[in-house]
Amino acid sequence: MHRFANPARFQRLASIILPWSDVLTAGLLVSGLYFALFASPADYQQGETVRIMYIHVPAAWMAMFTYSVMAAASAASLIWKHPLADVAARAAAPIGAGFTAIALITGMLWGEPMWGTWWVWDARLTSVLILFFLYLGYMALVNAIENPAAAARAGAILALVGFVNIPIIKFSVDWWNTLHQPASVIKMGGPSIAPSMLLPLVLMALGFHFYFVSVLLRRMRSELDLARVRALEDAIALNSEEAAA
Amino acid sequence: MSSFFAMGGYAFYVWSSYGAALLILGGIAIFSMARARQASRRLEELKRAAPHRRRREEAADGA
Repeated sequence: MHRFANPARFQRLASIILPWSDVLTAGLLVSGLYFALFASPADYQQGETVRIMYIHVPAAWMAMFTYSVMAAASAASLIWKHPLADVAARAAAPIGAGFTAIALITGMLWGEPMWGTWWVWDARLTSVLILFFLYLGYMALVNAIENPAAAARAGAILALVGFVNIPIIKFSVDWWNTLHQPASVIKMGGPSIAPSMLLPLVLMALGFHFYFVSVLLRRMRSELDLARVRALEDAIALNSEEAAA
Repeated sequence: MSSFFAMGGYAFYVWSSYGAALLILGGIAIFSMARARQASRRLEELKRAAPHRRRREEAADGA
């Protein structure tokens, strides 16, 4: 496991993966948008608003996926003291907050015309709002603590405690009465959605996953570079102090 | 074409959704790329400024 912990090896691996994930992100999102906006039918009940689904549903999946990645990385950071795990968790947080914000905003924009309300305090909507605040809280916490080891530990504990929210989000539509519909794509017995609508949904979801990979690797890179910048700056400061003495 | 932009009367809701996603994902991507470029540039600067540390740093990387 620690074989991959070497930052130089990570940087090499990242420069191999990045061109591929960039191209896949662009290709999948462009074709996804084509099918989402042009080459798919309007819904017989929801009309054209069904096109909001192609953003809303993949963004909501990514909101939970990113948090799961963050929690797994936090566990690896706490248990194995894996030096890249903390970097990965920190790098993932703003991406997850972005996806969660998109899920919330598009959900409101879909709810107003279809449900007749922008917002209700039901289980699904409330638990996703809590997810958004968990991301913000995590970012605020790790940025507020100066000692990197202490920040990593506190952040990892927060991320792991907050993970209980993920199954709550997933099953909220089954456990409680809510305005939000239950799962219709990932469920037993296969998706209950027309193939012409499933295609743009899958393309957008895959595009979002590769977007996540591309942005995560770039953010991890800058975290690692900045850590070395700080180390070098400290060394230079120390040298000049010694020279002055 | 204009019927495409009208989105069956739901133009505001549909286009605001796509716009919000573009703004947020585009913003995060651009900000992250700029930060990565800035960090690696600063690192190169410092490496040049402190060449005596260079060998030790590279040895520590296991390169």
